[in-house]
Amino acid sequence: MENKNIILSVKDLVVKFKVRDRVLTAIRNVSLDFEEGKVVAIVGESGSGKSVFTKTFTGMLEVNGKVTNGEIWFEGENLMTYKTDKEWLNIRGKKIATVFQDPMTSLNPVRTIGYQISEVIMKHQNKSKEEAKKEAIELMSRVGIYNAEQRYDEYPFMYSGGMRQRIVIAIALACHPKILVCDEPTTALDVTIQAQIIRLIKELAEEYGFTTIYITHDLGVVANVADNVAVMYAGQIIEYGTVEDIFYDPRHPYTWGLLSSLPQLGEKGSELFAIRGTPPSLFEEIKGDAFAPRSDYSLAIDFEEEPPMFKVSDTHFAKTWLLDPRAPKVDKPKQIQNLHEKILALTSKGGIYGER
Amino acid sequence: MANDNKEVLLSVKNLEITFYNNKKRFRAVKNANFDIYKGETFALVGESGSGKTTIGRAIIRLNPTSDGEILFKGKKINGKISHEEERSIVRNIQMIFQDPAASLNERATIDYCVSEGLYNFHLYKDEAEREAKVDKALESVGLLPEHKSRYPHEFSGGQRQRIGIARAMIMEPEFIIADEPISALDVSIRAQVLNLMNKFKTERGLTYMFIAHDLSVVRYFSDRIAVIHKGRIVEIAPTDILFKYPLHPYTHSLLQAVPMPDPRIEKSKELVIYDESKRDLSGEKPILQEIRPGHFVFANDREMKEYEAKLQEWEKEEN
Repeated sequence: MENKNIILSVKDLVVKFKVRDRVLTAIRNVSLDFEEGKVVAIVGESGSGKSVFTKTFTGMLEVNGKVTNGEIWFEGENLMTYKTDKEWLNIRGKKIATVFQDPMTSLNPVRTIGYQISEVIMKHQNKSKEEAKKEAIELMSRVGIYNAEQRYDEYPFMYSGGMRQRIVIAIALACHPKILVCDEPTTALDVTIQAQIIRLIKELAEEYGFTTIYITHDLGVVANVADNVAVMYAGQIIEYGTVEDIFYDPRHPYTWGLLSSLPQLGEKGSELFAIRGTPPSLFEEIKGDAFAPRSDYSLAIDFEEEPPMFKVSDTHFAKTWLLDPRAPKVDKPKQIQNLHEKILALTSKGGIYGER
Repeated sequence: MANDNKEVLLSVKNLEITFYNNKKRFRAVKNANFDIYKGETFALVGESGSGKTTIGRAIIRLNPTSDGEILFKGKKINGKISHEEERSIVRNIQMIFQDPAASLNERATIDYCVSEGLYNFHLYKDEAEREAKVDKALESVGLLPEHKSRYPHEFSGGQRQRIGIARAMIMEPEFIIADEPISALDVSIRAQVLNLMNKFKTERGLTYMFIAHDLSVVRYFSDRIAVIHKGRIVEIAPTDILFKYPLHPYTHSLLQAVPMPDPRIEKSKELVIYDESKRDLSGEKPILQEIRPGHFVFANDREMKEYEAKLQEWEKEEN
């Protein structure tokens, strides 16, 4: 790991929220290094802390949230020492930009599309209005808006959902960020549009050379975009590895559960595998492995002591007692053994539905 | 797949739904034709704005139709019908909505939410029977009787969707329209809700119309699929046939866009974008035609010939 170029490094991060006089621990001791130029996907269900985690990189936590422990290192600086918004402005939007889920709410409905893009260029790159307009139009056509010049003066409501998301991406790219955080960028979009947006982000990453952090709950999207995957559960990263590690050699029972419950693998007429129960409340202190009560593979120690991060290989880590040498040997569930072959068999050709 | 001996529960004939915005006319559904058989799950698949929800809402009389007929058990249920008939439809056809948070009354207890239909139709002799029915409905979706006194916001998304299902099931309907019932739910909860819906289907012989955009779920869940694009049904086929022999280019692009949970496949995938303007649309007007028993495709005679050739080639490969 030493010789890799780490662009962002998170160490022992703890984030707490105050909700109605109670304290919720959203992130529980997370450490993660992001390699430059790579695409990292953070997977997890809602409430697992994946959005909160990335919001700490840009100081965008809600007012009732606070980082109580940990460091975030970016370009030789510990971002957690930042106190004022002014300090953050150098990072937020400029070096680390975010594309949010809902393109309707992230655009200003009463400003033209052109204004919203050129505003960013003028502010961050100190360019004149004319220069900014020229660059904005260039960006618009780059993200796939036809007739960019004519559409420059249109308003967000005149754009479709997919087009709006393209604009949000254009705005994010306007200041040439080093890191682009995509927070469920395609969840609100149709599958066909989703495929186009994913491809667009991929092409732009190559062209502009930024590091991408994807937040998603769709494992199909993860398989498409990611180099590395971090699986989050109840405020912790419970498994981390390359995309092939996670799909073909998963080790944590939660990752097994996520993969097994995919409808793509379901056989008609038989029951779909379902992870039972619901995630734990983060208001209470969690003892042992947070997933243990829902797992079919929990050991006695899972309810007593939190497992450490075990090393599976140089690239692959998992936080489960099953990897302890003293633990009984357990195979991953049948449904997800030989995943690649299974999917090939389910589809007509080359693993794609309807392809020949 | 011979459908001759199956009972048609719902039949949609030449359905047109038009919306007016001032003087502007918008045809949301164009000449839709399909039958839904008793006991099957029929999926309506398309992107947002394609008119799939509009059809679903027209069936339960939430959207007015402008032309054509919807027949439920042979009786016309769209347009002007008597008050009694309308009540019987409201009771026999139930809908499960996409957003479980928005479809429940925030200020009512779960007890009231679930028994609202019972109140409206006086489907209980006395209070004890109503309570017993609510308890049974909640139990069947995996919730506890003590949840009755709580409010919707106290539940998670998955639990709320179960309440939505309990609310529909308590009416003992014959036909359920499920409008994207799992798209707002988390991956780990989706399977639970799908299994629950399947359980009711086998236990009570229910018929579902499943409105969705996610083809991977549809493949697992439904018996037949209709693909709709811009208000027009472009292909109808049994599920396995549609996945094996997709004929219409739009169906093909939809199928192809489904992300597969397999990095080796996804990383080598090439994207097909469906662009109507780039298609050869010459020849006479296309209509929905049956190319194989049970397999319909929207095409004119020239396109039919192309599809026929394609199909024969595929079928030869199979054998």
